[in-house]
This record gives sequence, C-alpha cells and structure tokens, in this order.
Amino acid sequence: MTEMKMQENNISENNFEQCIKCTVCTVYCPVVPVNPEYPGPKQAGPDGERLRLKKGIFFDQTLKYCLNCKRCEVACPSGVRIGDIIQAAKIRYGKSRPKLRDFMLASTDMMGGIATKVAPVVNATLKIKPVKQIMDGVLKIDHRRSFPEYSSQTFESWFRKNALRDQEKFDRHVAYFHGCYANYNYPQLGKDFVKVMNALGYGVRLLDGEKCCGVALVSNGMINQATRNARRNIKLMEGALSSCEAVLGTSSSCSFTIRDEYPHLLGVDNSSVRDRMELAVKFIYRLLESGKAKLEFRDDFKARIAYHVPCHMEKLGWGIFSARLVKMIPGVEFTMLDSNCCGIAGTYGFKKENYEVSQAIGKPLFDQIRAVDPDYVACDCETCKWQIEMSTGYKVMNPISILAAAIKGRD
Amino acid sequence: MKFDSIIIGGGLSGLVCGLRLQKAGRKCAIISSGQSAMHFSSGYFDFLDRTPDGKTTKDLKEALGNLPEEHPYSKIGKERLTGYMGSVKEFFSGCGIKLGGDPFSNGYRITPTGNFKPTWLSLEDFSLLENESVPWKKVLIANIEGFLDFNTSFIAESLESRGTACRTSVIDIEEMQRLRRNPSEMRSANIARVLDRQECADKAVSQIKQQLQDEEAVLLPAVFGLRTPEVKDRLTKAIGREVFFVATMPPSVPGIRTQMRLKEEFEASGGVFLAGDTALSPELAGSRVMSIGTVNFGDIRLEADSYVLATGSFFSKGLSATPERIVENIFGLDIISDTQRERWYDTDFFNRQNYISYGIRTDSRMRCIKEGSTVENLYAAGSVLGGSNPLYEGSGAGTAIFTAMYVADSILSSVNTTL
Repeated sequence: MTEMKMQENNISENNFEQCIKCTVCTVYCPVVPVNPEYPGPKQAGPDGERLRLKKGIFFDQTLKYCLNCKRCEVACPSGVRIGDIIQAAKIRYGKSRPKLRDFMLASTDMMGGIATKVAPVVNATLKIKPVKQIMDGVLKIDHRRSFPEYSSQTFESWFRKNALRDQEKFDRHVAYFHGCYANYNYPQLGKDFVKVMNALGYGVRLLDGEKCCGVALVSNGMINQATRNARRNIKLMEGALSSCEAVLGTSSSCSFTIRDEYPHLLGVDNSSVRDRMELAVKFIYRLLESGKAKLEFRDDFKARIAYHVPCHMEKLGWGIFSARLVKMIPGVEFTMLDSNCCGIAGTYGFKKENYEVSQAIGKPLFDQIRAVDPDYVACDCETCKWQIEMSTGYKVMNPISILAAAIKGRD
Repeated sequence: MKFDSIIIGGGLSGLVCGLRLQKAGRKCAIISSGQSAMHFSSGYFDFLDRTPDGKTTKDLKEALGNLPEEHPYSKIGKERLTGYMGSVKEFFSGCGIKLGGDPFSNGYRITPTGNFKPTWLSLEDFSLLENESVPWKKVLIANIEGFLDFNTSFIAESLESRGTACRTSVIDIEEMQRLRRNPSEMRSANIARVLDRQECADKAVSQIKQQLQDEEAVLLPAVFGLRTPEVKDRLTKAIGREVFFVATMPPSVPGIRTQMRLKEEFEASGGVFLAGDTALSPELAGSRVMSIGTVNFGDIRLEADSYVLATGSFFSKGLSATPERIVENIFGLDIISDTQRERWYDTDFFNRQNYISYGIRTDSRMRCIKEGSTVENLYAAGSVLGGSNPLYEGSGAGTAIFTAMYVADSILSSVNTTL
C-alpha cells in the first residue's frame, strides 16, 4: 500500500510521465505536416524530457520549431502539458543566445516606445524595398513580411488626454491591460474597449506602468526580462484589483501568457489575480448573460463576419464567448472558421528561416477565408490579424472593435 | 450559458448522443477533455464478439437473449436494441459515414499482426470477411517504405498458414522521404497527409500496379484518406484488383477521419463542441443536476435540463482507481465493482480483467445513481457504464453507440411527456 500511495502522489510538475505514447498530439500539431525537421510534440515533449532529465546534452535544437500554439495540449487525452514541457526545456537547456533580430522582435514595448515617436518615418521606411532587403540580409527578418504600422500617438497618451477625466464618473471600474499592440500599433482597439465598457456602465483604469506581458520575450529566450515584467504586472494588477472588479485584456495571447505562462514557465505566482484577470469578451458575456447590463445596438449595422479562433484562445477555451458576442449583434451574418493555426505564432513567422513554414501552416485557413469571402474576419489576436491581413487581403477586426462599431453612441 | 442538454465526453458515445439530440431539435453542448479513443480505432465496430461466458457469437439477436440483467444491452431491451441495430447504418450514413456489414451477424477482420478476429461492422475503408478462412489464393501485401507500424511478414505468415500465397512489396514515394528524416514522425497520420495529395496517391497506385502479378488482391496499411472518404473505391478502380486495408498500429487514420466527421456534423447541426475543456464541480439540488462548471469557464456555469455522462472509462479519466476503490471523477456516482482489490485484476495479462467491467450503476433508463438514489436528469452512456466487460466481450463500440441512442431517446421521451 505504501508503494501505491507513492505511485499516486508521484506526479511531476509538468506531468510528462502521464504520457501514454498515444501520438494523438502529433496528429494535431500544425508544424509536423509542413516541417520534417521538427520531431513533433510527443518526441520534443514528454519523450525527450525523459532523456533530458538524464543529461542536458540530449536537448535537441529543433525544439525551436515549436510554435507554442498548445494545440497538442488541447488534443492530449491524458492532460499532459506537452507545450509547457517543450517551452520549459528551451528555457532550461537552450544554449543559443537571442540574436539582435530576436531582441528587436521580442522587445515590443521598447521598440514601440521608440517607433511611435517617429511613427510616420518608421512606417514609411519599413515599406521600402531596399530597407526590407537589408532587414532580410542582415537581420534575417523575411522581406516578404509586411510590418504592422506604428501609431504616432500611444493609446496611453490618448487615454490621458481624452478619456481619463470621464472614467471616474462611473461607480464601477475595470482595469485594462492594453498590451503593446493596442498601445503602439493600434490605439483604436483601446478606444473601442473604453467605448464598450463605458456603454456597459464601467469606467476604465489603466495599470500605471504596465509592462509587455512577455509572450515574445519567452519565445525568444529572454527569460530574465520576461520574469521581471511578469512580477511587475502581477504587482500592478494586485493593486488595481483593490478597487476594480477585474483586469481585462483584448489580446488572447497577452491574457493567456499572464494567466498560464507566468506560473507554468516563469515560476511567477499569479494566484492572487488569476481568477479576475481575463479577456474582455468573457467579462462582457458574463455581464450580458446575467442581465446586469445591456448593449444598445444600431439598427443599420450589417456585416458578414467570419470568426477565427486564435490558438491561445483555443487553449483558453474562450472562443465561444467572442463568437456569442459577435453573433448577438443584429445584422451580423456569422461563420465560424475551422480550427486551424494561422502560422504566424507571434514573432516566429517574422524570422526568415520560418517564413515558408509559417505560410504553409496558414494555408488551409487562408483558403477557407477566401472561400467564405466575408466582409471581414473577427479574431482576438494581433499577430493572427497581421498574418491573415497580409496573406489574404481581408481586413481583421477584434470582437471588441466590432461591438464598438455596432453599438449606439459616438466614438 | 444555457443548453437543453449537456454531454460530458466527445468520443463516439458522446457524439452519437449529441447528434441524435441535436438532430431532434435539442440544443446541445459537448464538453470534451482531449481527443477520444476513436483515434485508436481498429476500423471496425464490435457489438458482441463473445458472450460473457465465453461463447463466440454469430447470430447476434440470439446472443442477446442470454445476457445478465445489469448488462447495458439488457437495460436497453432486446426489442428496442434490435430496432437500433436495424437503423444503425442509416444513422451513420446521415452523418456522412458509410458502414459495411450485416448489423445482425458478426464477420471477421484481420488485425495489424495478422490474426483473424470476430467483429461486427466496418468503416468504409475496411471489408468484413465471412469466416476465418482467407478468401484469396494469392495476395500482394504492400507496405510504405520505412513504415514500422504495419508488419507485412506477420500478416504474410498468418495468411500462408491458412494456405494463401503471399508476396510482399514496398511502395517508395519521394515525397515520403522527408518524413523519414525523423523516425518518430513516420507514423500513419503523417503518411496519410502525404497520400491525401493526388499526385502522391497516383504514384502509389502506379507502383502497386507494377508490383502486382497474378494476385487477386492487394493488402495495404490503412494510411489512406485522412481527410477524404471513399478512398478504397478509388484505389480499387485505379488498380483493377481488390484492395483490402489492414489497420495499422495507432493512430488510426480511418478512426481520426470518422471522429472529425462526427464532430463536424454535430457542429454543422448547431451543436457546441468545447474542445480541451474539463467538466467539474456539478451543482445538485435534491435529485437533480442544476448546473456544471468547467476548467476554462471558471465561474460561468453551464446549465441544461438534462446531462449525459459519456466520459469513458479509465483511459479517458471518466473513472479512476485509488488503492482502495474505483471512483467516478465528476459526480462521485455509485459504482459497480468488487470491493476486494484482489478481484480487480488477474495477474495473467491476457485473461479477463474484472476492472474493465467496472463502471457506474444506473437505473433501467440509464439514469445515474448517487448514494443509492437516482439522479433524475443525469444519464450515462458508453464505457463509463458498468455491467459489461467490453474488452473481453468485444462490445465497446456497440455499447457506446446504442447506449447513446437509448439515452438520447430517454431524454427526448421525457421531454415529450413533460410537454
């Protein structure tokens, strides 16, 4: 009996020993069909872990081809944290230091901070062919990739100038984790969020000195920086939650990183905030379903919308909330796209060595979007948005922006 | 979030139940934590290969007469069950899945190691043999170069012992070579992805044609048609001889395709499939389930009039064994099992293992029982049910399909009576 007790309690932190070698994860990995160099999630994850535990030299450099999409974990019948095992192995055993290119791609808030100050110049320059060729040749950022534009005014500065004053008129508040994208590239998403929350009777507060969630830092091996950001963000959220009902995000990858990657990969305890840190769509769904708030929609809103569930949204299991909110809008003709990875996986698809693989992974999704031919695509992730817009020419909107466009009231 | 019915478990049983309810106009959600055992399908459905006392079955109606009272088939009742059997092929073809075979009698299949085993119906990729003799005098057994999950020599040895002349050959397709760079990826599903491309399938066909001499049939590993059905018909036409697929070691290409098709059909008919989520913390009031939570939904509850437990057995974590007892993991339901641990298993691995027959106790309408009383709106279907030993009897798929139909019909009839 003592032996049995030991067996019951002897489950490792990343539970690799729960793998029964069924290979189901491999069937659902988006990389395996297009990149034969990648050993697949079972080999890279739980199988390789057994060897790595014996000796670190068994670490395989090809683990870098993992997108960290977590589709293996969604598919696993045994609940093994396959994606976490692979990422943790990269962190623990990976020898390659981030290159200048990786540093630039990963430091989204530092680069954004510089770029927004000279946005028109940066945006124009990044479109010039010789510049793209140099970036390709020197930095190994693929020249076929189009860059997200930078905004000349950050969301934070827009908020301070235009919205801050009105927010304290509300009795109830939420804190907004806007992330780098809404701040530097597309402040309109932040503005849309404020509009929707205000319409629901909530004032919005920002986290004073919010840091990048760190998703790109983690995938580019900049773990110390990611951990510092994580600690700081959790502290800010703890503070905010003393007077706000929740901390809300509009990016599925930021929210996923804060909720799951902080404790699993960075060892940063987020238990004090985790239950109250979520995506805005989930918060809004709960609010509307309970009847505690209502949204007034315009009568003249009409759109054919196809919704793409980003991989991290798939893992969060919250795609249904976005889908329900968009479907609820009168005048929307809704299509749920098949569950497929778009291939960009954050900074992965920007790297020259990954471009072909990235586009091949996304092809089934692109083909389906063209076949459905919607007015636009809905999606909760900014890098999916860039990838889909670049690869299909269809415009992509965050569900929060769609709600903002469909409700009554001025922008 | 409100539904008419919530089904916990997205395998064969959960999907059949969901499809039947959804197609009858009920709004359903399926909560599915991880992919199901369909990924390890033999390509055939078993109904009852032998009776609990070990007799091989042929005429299935007759075999139904002698089952113990707690057997799920006995609860459905012979008359209703034979009705279901009569309509099973129609049900699946309505979901885009063609089944072969006679629903009232068993045939035989060839296993990946070349054995002959009784079975019931086949997915369209496969054929049923009438008895244990080989229907061909000469066959070609062709494998994909470097594929280790299909053993041609085992199969040849078995067929030759039954008097059939066998030749083996290898199909070598350039596009497949890249898979071999990584030995762990030379697996059925990855091979099938390559063969789903028309130009690669054409190459395979032309090589098989060159290799064939005067054989009547070619035996191939079931690595064709991950996304596309009807591949056997096309190959037969192109090769001009009988094509007979033999299942490979897992993952099962026809099983995966079938699972995906059922899920697509469920979603196309309006059902909500919550993939990668786990049901937990049910709320009960008196003898009714009021709501259920999930890991991903957090404090947002799922509510329905009726709930179906189709969580599977030990593999799918529907059941767990602690050192002292067998536990149903979500509701803590009453279990049919032996209390003495020594009775749970036989130390000879190949003997009948009693633990496989453990599962939850239900009333005659497949409603679950907790602490001795029936939970009025909680039903169970598939391998989470106790009362039969699907591994020993060869009754897993039949139990999954027909208990699911029975539960769906129980729910529908209780709705109709309340109305």
